[in-house]
Amino acid sequence: MDISVRQSGGFTILDAKGKITIGAGDVALREAIHGALDAGAQRILVNLKDVTTIDSSGIGELVSAYTSASNRGAKLALISLPPKVQDILQITQLVTVFDIYEDEAEALASVV
Amino acid sequence: MSAAPQVHLAIGSSFHNVELVQVVVEEALRRLDVDSDDAHWIGIAVREAVANAVKHGNRQDPSKKVELDFGVEGRDLVIRVLDQGGGFDPERVASPLAPENVLKPSGRGIFYMRNFMDEIEYSFGPDGGTVVTMRKHLKSSAAASENKEEG
Repeated sequence: MDISVRQSGGFTILDAKGKITIGAGDVALREAIHGALDAGAQRILVNLKDVTTIDSSGIGELVSAYTSASNRGAKLALISLPPKVQDILQITQLVTVFDIYEDEAEALASVV
Repeated sequence: MSAAPQVHLAIGSSFHNVELVQVVVEEALRRLDVDSDDAHWIGIAVREAVANAVKHGNRQDPSKKVELDFGVEGRDLVIRVLDQGGGFDPERVASPLAPENVLKPSGRGIFYMRNFMDEIEYSFGPDGGTVVTMRKHLKSSAAASENKEEG
């Protein structure tokens, strides 16, 4: 998985691309989230638009990211979920846990 | 369509090998004319089973193997994943939907496997090792193609 970090409108945005799966993308996501939090990010958007596959390890990393952000008083939201990512979050009832936005514009217009 | 694939794989207990398994399984599903949505979810179930075998079964011991058998039995796609670990009690795996578990970072793999496949069964060898057998009922087009190949 490739993951890049950018700033926009006071948000730190992580653009994830490819697979968030065990042994590869899950570690990259964890490192990116912790890097953002260590840099003082208070509002983080994880852009999943170009994620092709996510497994239970990837979902676990998203949950850990949410918990880590909350523990540091930061907010973390998910944006641009592909249907299959939406489905896998729905199955484990995590859509009620995360703040989820249709796209970046909707998230930026909201108070996360 | 080419002949229905019968696949046997043996991999070392490394997460990197999960990717190799997925490549082979995706190709086998393509040859069976399984539609792309079903193939995606079957692929996730296989990933979870193999990852569990590597992580919880063989505890990433490089000297232990994970084996996978893929084939068609009647109208069912049947995938078996074997490890060389100490076994476990699947009845004791907590539900990830329980309120106290929703925010746990792990414990969803078997739940996803049960959701994405039609049947999941565990068995255990007398000297250790876990076999998980996953079945997916093939839709008529894939099953018909398979039966034609057999005929």
